[in-house]
Amino acid sequence: MYLNQFLFLAAFLFCVGVYGVLARKNGVLVLMSVELILNAVNINLVAFGAFHETVAGQVFALFVIAIAAAEVGVGLAIVLLIYRNRQSIDLTEADLMKG
Amino acid sequence: MIAQNLIFGAIAGAMGLAALRVVTTKNIVHAALYLVVVLAGVAAIYILLAAEFTAAVQILVYVGAILVLFLFGIMLTRAPIGRTAELDNDQRGVALVVALFLLGVLGAVLQDAFGSTKLPEDAAVQRSAEVGTSIFQTYVIPFEVVSVLLLAALVGAVVIARRD
Repeated sequence: MYLNQFLFLAAFLFCVGVYGVLARKNGVLVLMSVELILNAVNINLVAFGAFHETVAGQVFALFVIAIAAAEVGVGLAIVLLIYRNRQSIDLTEADLMKG
Repeated sequence: MIAQNLIFGAIAGAMGLAALRVVTTKNIVHAALYLVVVLAGVAAIYILLAAEFTAAVQILVYVGAILVLFLFGIMLTRAPIGRTAELDNDQRGVALVVALFLLGVLGAVLQDAFGSTKLPEDAAVQRSAEVGTSIFQTYVIPFEVVSVLLLAALVGAVVIARRD
């Protein structure tokens, strides 16, 4: 197996995630797209770990998974708070900080 | 070798289609369910790369916990269940251009850097014991920092989301 096939798959997932973050306006869907991006990064880490025959790649992927869990927890809490204050999670309406 | 490549192709194809559906579907619950396909596919890719412990953790944490969290988020924000046209904002064109440009740049760079690099043939399975040893010897300080960070994030989530 080539190393590149994994890297290309990860690059594709990453770009799909970037598209989702930019084009979605529902807060929960944006968080899902962020998960796509994080998973793409994890594939890269594990693939390079297998390439160099070291477990370091896996260890870093595990750390990223832990951080992702924390990120989703806090992110959904924030989305929930936005919903409670504005009765909507449309992120285009959350423009309080726009000049 | 050929079997591995065939399996990789099947998994990658399914993941790619599911990922596209996550960002394009008009039904928010379907997006969460397509995300299951992508996350399980990532676990299968880890198996192909002989990273069994990471694959198990991926299933447990992502499919088991994070996805349930997403479904709770959908439920608690009373998102429209069923088809709606209002999940995308008006920058889809720009977003598509940015994503395709990024894909082109990444693809060119990867092809240039690792065009013919092969993974080591029949790499030994990196056993869970080695991963555990590595975490608790080389990376023990980051591990402790991550556990404190998880605690802080969970307390923070409770404080942010509770009614008072």
